[in-house]
Amino acid sequence: MTYLPKPRFRHPDLPTNALGFTRRDYEGAVSTLCAGCGHDSISAAIIQACFELDLPPHRIAKLSGIGCSSKTPTYFLGASHGFNSVHGRMPSVLTGANLANKDLIYLGVSGDGDSASIGLGQFAHSIRRGVNMLYIVENNGVYGLTKGQFSATSDRGSKSKKGVVNTDEPIDMVSMALQLGATFVGRSFSGDKTQLVPLIKAGLLHKGAAFIDCISPCVAFNNHEGSTRSFDYVRAHNEAVNRLDVILPRAEITTDYEPGETVDVKQHDGKIIRLRKVAKDYDASDRIGAMTHLQQKQAAGEIVTGLLYLDEEPVDLHEALKTVDRPLNMLEDDDLCPGAAEIAKINDSLR
Amino acid sequence: MKQTDIAVPDYFHKVVDCQWACPAHTPVPEYIRLIADKRFADAYMINWKSNVFPGVLGRTCDRPCEPACRRVRVEEQPVAICRLKRVAADYKGDVTGRMPAAVPVRNGKRVAVIGAGPASLTVARDLLAEGYHVTIYEQDPFAGGMIRTQIPKFRLPETVIDEEVGYILALEPELRLGKRVDSLKAVLDEDYDAVFVGCGAPRGRDLEIPGRAEAAEHIHIGIDWLSSVSFGHTTSIGRRVIVLGGGNTAMDCCRSARRLGGEEVTVVVRSGFEEMKASPWEKEDAMHEGIPIHNFLVPKAALHDGGKLTGMVFEKVKPEFDEKGRRNLVPTGEPDVTIPCDDVLVAVGQENSFPWIERDIGVDFDRWGMPVVDTVTLRSTHPKVFFGGDAAFGPKNIIWAVAHGHDAAVSIDRVCNGLDPAIRPPPGTVLTSQKMGIHEWSYDNDIRLDQRYKVPQRPPEEALKDIKLEVELGFDDMLAYKEAERCLNCDVQTVFTTSLCIECDACVDICPMDCITFTDDAPEADLRQKLMAPAKNLTQDIYVAHGLKTGRIMAKDEDVCLHCGLCAERCPTGAWDMRKFFLEMTHAGAACRSV
Repeated sequence: MTYLPKPRFRHPDLPTNALGFTRRDYEGAVSTLCAGCGHDSISAAIIQACFELDLPPHRIAKLSGIGCSSKTPTYFLGASHGFNSVHGRMPSVLTGANLANKDLIYLGVSGDGDSASIGLGQFAHSIRRGVNMLYIVENNGVYGLTKGQFSATSDRGSKSKKGVVNTDEPIDMVSMALQLGATFVGRSFSGDKTQLVPLIKAGLLHKGAAFIDCISPCVAFNNHEGSTRSFDYVRAHNEAVNRLDVILPRAEITTDYEPGETVDVKQHDGKIIRLRKVAKDYDASDRIGAMTHLQQKQAAGEIVTGLLYLDEEPVDLHEALKTVDRPLNMLEDDDLCPGAAEIAKINDSLR
Repeated sequence: MKQTDIAVPDYFHKVVDCQWACPAHTPVPEYIRLIADKRFADAYMINWKSNVFPGVLGRTCDRPCEPACRRVRVEEQPVAICRLKRVAADYKGDVTGRMPAAVPVRNGKRVAVIGAGPASLTVARDLLAEGYHVTIYEQDPFAGGMIRTQIPKFRLPETVIDEEVGYILALEPELRLGKRVDSLKAVLDEDYDAVFVGCGAPRGRDLEIPGRAEAAEHIHIGIDWLSSVSFGHTTSIGRRVIVLGGGNTAMDCCRSARRLGGEEVTVVVRSGFEEMKASPWEKEDAMHEGIPIHNFLVPKAALHDGGKLTGMVFEKVKPEFDEKGRRNLVPTGEPDVTIPCDDVLVAVGQENSFPWIERDIGVDFDRWGMPVVDTVTLRSTHPKVFFGGDAAFGPKNIIWAVAHGHDAAVSIDRVCNGLDPAIRPPPGTVLTSQKMGIHEWSYDNDIRLDQRYKVPQRPPEEALKDIKLEVELGFDDMLAYKEAERCLNCDVQTVFTTSLCIECDACVDICPMDCITFTDDAPEADLRQKLMAPAKNLTQDIYVAHGLKTGRIMAKDEDVCLHCGLCAERCPTGAWDMRKFFLEMTHAGAACRSV
């Protein structure tokens, strides 16, 4: 960490986006996490993704719970709405906020402790309800704030920094998200921004429950030999199924890929998610296939990354509840109260 | 792209842009930190060792360091390096105890220096301290050369010259003042081991226009007039004065004229205002004293009436560029401009003049009448004769003269010891980690945007009353501290140790300037395009390190790195470290003879 605020100096040739902002305009306060924390890289990836998508910062709401990961929203999108909730309760608060104002872009940031232990039920229900959000779990497999105990996602057989071997079965949040009906499921690694940034962009654009499990090494307590969340281990066992690009309508497509290797998925707003296959025969639109692939690779000790599942026709909570187009917090008394005569009519119909 | 070899002294030296740009390579950031720390005497001694005349240069330097200053890449104005140097000189207290004393037992070698200006005095200082017997020849009765004769006292008080020339005279050279050297052969006949010619460019260029001869009494050559003012021979000038020329001498002339009775002083230049040779700050100072500068006017004739000058006629011109991009000044066809005046000062350039050097003694001259001098060793075609300062390659400035002096002294020291002067000693360098704790550094890395502070000046109405009254008052210690804090400590280098890097990206994320990239290797031209921010400044290097675990390379654009050290603060493994690079040029002495 550093005590110093990041200087306001910036590169004279720093590009601006369609809104006239530079990437620096999407930053927050300087991080107080440990130097080298994977979470800081995820924050940088979120900053980059929001910049590249030309998102107006004031139209984003970032919500989190408790933990190292949940501190990070302070370190990005300084001009956005933020809510730091009770431990594990981010999904409920996010669901409520989303119900009240569906016009904002919701970004839930949580960790393996916040989402896989105390908030596991909250996580599960927000996913199965199909809340329109991007839910990122910054997964370091360790309780960093309390100095290095195993978390619920630590792999069985992995070693703590003190040399203790974990005997508990891990919770695989990606498999859970797939089972619970998330319509966008991805996994990535904080040390691979070329994969992570487009994944976050695609997740932010997704109209439904989008979930990203982001492996993020804890440099202080989980980056040693015997750890399955260290930079070295993840790099050695990373099995990407695909690479993706998010193509904005205004952007010129300049990169050439070999034909037959890419799949374009068009979003409602005209943006395109372009998937480049890395694993042969992997079909990101096949949920059962994704689950099988995941289990097989997991058994082989590999970490599957990339966009694992994408439902092209997602249904979100508002659609299911058939709410009005206007955000609920914009409705006035006149909209909400049908009047005495109308209420009498309803009452009569129930007699 | 090839891995960067940071052990080559030039690599980190180039990163310290101010020091690299300085002809004498003064360790600028080091002395600026000492000033911020109120260690003025230490700051002065670093300067004195490197540039010999810190008090003089702190007022008069041409400041090649300032345009090079890294701050201009992120802000408009560079650090006021020159005026900070003056602060060190102003507040240092008594440093005589830290100066070298005359060497009691000489080494038996005898060296003559001709002229007692900055180049010659530098040679004298470097060699006297090594035990040489040095004889100084000077036409004027005082040592100092153009520092004393051509720079007006309101810019450079006599006490400062006396003090800094005094430190050299205390080393006890043999002085032959007040007598012009008429023959180099005669000097060589005295059997010196080496002769250094540092006589400057003593001849002011004249103007050949109708009326010049008739009105000669009121048309003066700039540098001669300044010298005459300096020695007190000239104490007044007419009410209306025209100064011809756009260099620093012209600025000194017009401001001096303003103090000697010139009420309507005008500067007239042939070229455009922007192309004038004078330093921007000198133009500003002149205009601040109510002196207008007219441009694109070519002198055509001097008007006179019975030997009395009445005015000057100028032709209006405009710039025109030919197909090769060369500029020509062509008449606009508009009517001529007549400016009435009582006196004219001609400051349109200086020339070298060597009528006293015999052409048959082995010193060759080129077709422009300049001596043939090796640019590295400063040796002429005569093995014992060396040139430096304006005498070597035409008019430059004081700091170049000092740099030449050091180089010539190294050559002379090597030649006198039977060594080849073409082999040059490398500079002395030290690279030391500045880490004091997890995120504590021995330098102030909390950098921020901050505009340049103005040096307080005497109000013009007061300053114009006395030609010897210094206009600039200099920074006080608080202003000096604030200005010193603008220095970005470019000598504190970012040093990368590949074997320690875990490629966590922390440095990439925190860098406020997007200098650091981890990417696949590529040829330099491609690499420059695919960094976090494109590296367009080709004069600045890319620091490349190979051998990372993922096979990628670390590439850092040195161009806009602000040396804030956040990469090193964020690095969990210490792969980045902030190390101070201290470089000192090797002057005459045992070290220069060790290669």
